[in-house]
Amino acid sequence: MATVLNRKDFVSDQEVRWCPGCGDYAILAAVQKTMPEFGIAPENTVFISGIGCSSRFPYYMNTYGFHTIHGRAPAIATGLKISRPDLDVWVVTGDGDGLSIGGNHLIHTLRRNVDIKILLFNNRIYGLTKGQYSPTSEVGKITKSTPAGSIDYPFNPITVALGTHGTFVARSIDIEQKHLGEMLKRAHEHRGTSFIEILQNCSIFNDGAFNDVTDKALKADHQLVLEHGKPLIFGKNRDKGIRMNGMRPEVVQLDATVTEKDLVVHDETNLSLAFMLGHFESPLPTPVGVFYAVSQATYDGAMNQQLADAKAKQGAGNLKELLSKGDTWTVN
Amino acid sequence: MAVPPEAAEQAAESHESAAPKPHLKRDQVVIRFAGDSGDGMQLTGMQFTSESALAGNDIATLPDYPAEIRAPQGTLAGVSGFQLNFSSNEVFTPGDEPNVLVAMNPAALKTNLEDLQPNAVIIVDREAFNESNIKRAGYASNPLTDHSLDKFQVIEVDVSKLTSLAVHGLGLNNRAAFRCRNMFVLGMLSWLFQRPIDSTIESLKVRFKKAPELIEANIRVLTAGYNYGETTEMFASSYEVPAARIAPGHYRNITGNSATALGFVAAAVKAGRPLFLGSYPITPASDILHDLSGYKNFPVYTFQAEDEIAGVCSAIGAAFGGAIAITTTSGPGMNLKGEAIGLAMKVELPLVITDVQRAGPSTGMPTKPEQADLMQAMYGRHGESPVPIIAASTPADCFDCAYEAVRIAVKYMTPVILLTDGQLANGAEPWLLPDPDKLAPIKVEFASNPEGFLPYARDAETLSRPWAVPGTKGLEHRIGGLSGENLTGNVSHSPANNELMVRTRARKVAGIAREIPPTEVFGDAGGGDLVVLGWGSSYGPIREAVKRVRAKGKKVSHVHLRYLNPLPGDLSETLKRFKQVMVVEMNMGQLLKLVRAEYLIDAFGFNKIQGRPFKVSEIENRINRVLEG
Repeated sequence: MATVLNRKDFVSDQEVRWCPGCGDYAILAAVQKTMPEFGIAPENTVFISGIGCSSRFPYYMNTYGFHTIHGRAPAIATGLKISRPDLDVWVVTGDGDGLSIGGNHLIHTLRRNVDIKILLFNNRIYGLTKGQYSPTSEVGKITKSTPAGSIDYPFNPITVALGTHGTFVARSIDIEQKHLGEMLKRAHEHRGTSFIEILQNCSIFNDGAFNDVTDKALKADHQLVLEHGKPLIFGKNRDKGIRMNGMRPEVVQLDATVTEKDLVVHDETNLSLAFMLGHFESPLPTPVGVFYAVSQATYDGAMNQQLADAKAKQGAGNLKELLSKGDTWTVN
Repeated sequence: MAVPPEAAEQAAESHESAAPKPHLKRDQVVIRFAGDSGDGMQLTGMQFTSESALAGNDIATLPDYPAEIRAPQGTLAGVSGFQLNFSSNEVFTPGDEPNVLVAMNPAALKTNLEDLQPNAVIIVDREAFNESNIKRAGYASNPLTDHSLDKFQVIEVDVSKLTSLAVHGLGLNNRAAFRCRNMFVLGMLSWLFQRPIDSTIESLKVRFKKAPELIEANIRVLTAGYNYGETTEMFASSYEVPAARIAPGHYRNITGNSATALGFVAAAVKAGRPLFLGSYPITPASDILHDLSGYKNFPVYTFQAEDEIAGVCSAIGAAFGGAIAITTTSGPGMNLKGEAIGLAMKVELPLVITDVQRAGPSTGMPTKPEQADLMQAMYGRHGESPVPIIAASTPADCFDCAYEAVRIAVKYMTPVILLTDGQLANGAEPWLLPDPDKLAPIKVEFASNPEGFLPYARDAETLSRPWAVPGTKGLEHRIGGLSGENLTGNVSHSPANNELMVRTRARKVAGIAREIPPTEVFGDAGGGDLVVLGWGSSYGPIREAVKRVRAKGKKVSHVHLRYLNPLPGDLSETLKRFKQVMVVEMNMGQLLKLVRAEYLIDAFGFNKIQGRPFKVSEIENRINRVLEG
C-alpha cells in the first residue's frame, strides 16, 4: 500500500461518549495509534462488537463497524471472516458480553481458530446496566444485585481462553499504552483467533479494581511482564523472580544464592506453562504479555481451501447440471 | 378403492398357470411401507417412488419416522413408515388411506392398521410374526391367525427366509443378510406394479460402492423378490398404473428440503454472489445443511455453528460482507434466533431464515409437521419488527419460494422468513426442472461511490438502502442495533426520528405487496358459497377436497397464499366475494386471526394439531357440513 496511514485515518466523526476517566478511552487511543502501523486500509478493517460499554467502540473507529447484539459479536465476525477472508476483522467485547451471555460463542470461536482479533475489556463489573457483578467479579462482591455479596466463583479470562486451546492468548492493561500497542501488534500478526484480555478500569462502578497493577507505586511489584525466552523477573529493582518449587511456582528474591538461572524461563509455546501463569494470583504477581502463541491452521483458511479444492476437482458450479442431477425423466 | 381384491383369493386356486399373469389397470394406488426404524423402509419407499416417477406416474410421498434413531427393535415406538401415492392422474397428497400396507413386523402392522382402507392388501413377513415380536407389539394373539384381519387381504411371504437363501454363498453374516430384506419387498412390489428395477440396481451400485459384496447381495435379493412375484402363486395378477398426463418437460423427483437447498444455490448463482449458510442441526431442517455442504464448488459456504444463535448471527456477518446469507432451522431454533432477526431487520441486511416447521410446543413432536409458527414469524420479535414471510405449498414449490425469498431479501435489504414444514421437507413429488436462464433476475449492486454516500439513503420506489460492503474505499460506516438517525444511521435517540425510522421500515415491507401477483382463485373467481383459504403444505389436501366437492357441483373455491407478509393487496377484495371464508391450517387458527384482523371478515377456521397433515376426506366432510349450514 502506497499511502502512509496515520492515526486520524482511524478516527470517526462521532463524539466519544464514555464516562470521564473510563479505561476505554485509553484502549481506543492505543488502537487508533497502533492500527496505522499494520498497513491495512480503514476500508479493509472491520470492528464488530456486542453490547456493553466496550461495545460502543466501533462507532469511534473510522473503519467498517457493526454494533450487534449481546454476546454475539464473535459469531457475526466468524460469518464475515469465513466469507470475506480478505478483511481484517476485530471483535470488541467485555467480561459480561464475552464471558457471560456470549460465553458460548467466545469459546467456540477460539476453539475453531477463526482468524479474528478479540479484545476483551475486563473491568470485572457490569457498567452499562449500572453496576451488577460480572462473571469475573471476585467472590463476595457487593453490588446492586448482590447486597450480601456475590457467591459465585469468577472466570479467569486467560485460563478460559487457554482451555479452548486458543492459539494466541495475551493480557494487557488499559493505561499501559506501550505494552498494549505491542500486544495489539502481536495479535494482528498472529494468524488465527487472537485473544487479549485488557484490564480496564471502570471509574464509576468498580474504580481501582486493578490498582495493584496500575498504581505507580505498586505495579512494579505486582506486574510480571512475560517475554518469550526470558526468565520471569519482576519488582521495582528487578530483583524478584519465579522459581519452581517442585510443581509449585514461588516468588524468590534474587541474590547471591538465587540467580536468574534458577528461574522459570517463559516459553509462549508451552501450554502447561501458560496455564500455570494464567492461574497466578496473589501473592504471585499478575502476568501481562503473551501467555501462549502457536501457529495452527485457521478455520476460515481451511474452509476456503475446501471450497477451492472442490472447485479444482469438480469445476465451477454449473447450475443447470446441478438441478438435473439424479434420476430424471422426460414427459413428452 | 381397494387394489387387488383377487390377489389372495386367486392365489389358492391358480395352479400351474404357465401363461403370463394378467395386468390389471388401476388409476391410483397408495402404498405404505412400515417396519422397524432399522428395516430400511425409508430407502425402500424412496426407491419405489423413483421407479414410479420414472414410470411416468404423478406421485406424492410422506415419510413418517420416529424421533428415536433406533427405538428398541420390534416396539411400536420404533416403527418407521413411508407412504406413496402414485397415480395416472394429478395427485395432490400422499393419500388418505393406504390400499397396500407392507408390514415388516407385528408392531408395524399394529401402528398402521387403523389407517388402512377396508379390504386393503397387507403384505407381511411371516417369520417376523414370532412369539416375541407379537408380544412386544402388545398383541395378545397372532393377528395372522386370530381372524382379526379378516376384512383385509393378507399376503404372507417368508421374506426373511427367502432373503437369506438369496444371499447364500456370499459370506454375509446373518445380520447383514437380514438387512437386505427390504430389497426383497421392493423387488416383489416392483413386479406387482410392473416397475422396472434397473434404476434401483443402478442406485444400489452407487450406494454400496465401498462394499461390493453388499451390491451383489442387494441386487440378488431385489431380483429374487421380483422373480418371486412373477413366478409364485402368491399374486394372481400384477397391476399397472399408467403414466399420468402431466405437463411436458424434464422431471426429477425431489423432496422439499432438497428443493429448498437448490433454490438457494440458484439464487446465489443468479445474484453472482457466494452462498453462506450458518446453521445448527435440527430436525427436520438438517437435510438442507447436508445438501448445501455438498455444493462447495458454487461456491457455497456451510458453517455448522455452535448453536442456533450463532447460526443466524454468522449469516448476518456474511450478509454484511456481501454474501447471499441464509440460516435454516425449525421452531425451537426460531425462538432462539428472534433477537438476531430483529437486528438484521433494523440494520437492514438481506438474510433468509428458513423455518421447517414441526409440531410444537416446546420440543413437541420433532419429526411431525405443523403450521403453528406463523405468528412467531410475524410477531416473534420485540419492538416493531416487520419481516416478509413466504410459505411453500408443495415440495417442489420450496425451490421457487427459496429463490423468491432471496430475491426479495436482496431487493429490499431485509431479512425474509421462509416457512416450510416437516411434511414438505421430507415429502417428495415430481419437479419440472426449471430453466436457469428463465429464473427471475436477482440484481446485486453494491454501493461504490463515496460521493454523497449515506448508508440509510433509500431507493425512491422500494425504500431499500444501499448494500455497502467492507472493502469499499470511502464508504466506511457503522451500523448497529441502536436506534439510528435517518440517512446516516448514526446513533440517535431522537423521538421523532425513531418513529420515522420505524414507519419507514414498515412501509418498505408493506410495499413488497406491489410485486405480489394477483390472487389466483381455484374455482369461481367471481365469488361463490365458500372459499377455502390455506397456506403451506395443506395445499394438497385442500385442493383435492375442493376438486372433489366441485365435481359434485358445489360452489366452493380454493385460495392458497404464498405471501403471508405482506398479504396480497387484492386478498381482501377477493375473499369478500364469497359468502363464507374457511381457513384450513395445522394450528389453532393463526392465518385466521390475521385475515380477520386485517380485513374485518367473519372467517372461521378448520384446524388440526396432531402432527399429521389433513386428510382430503376430513376437509371434504367439513366443507360439506359447512355448506349444509
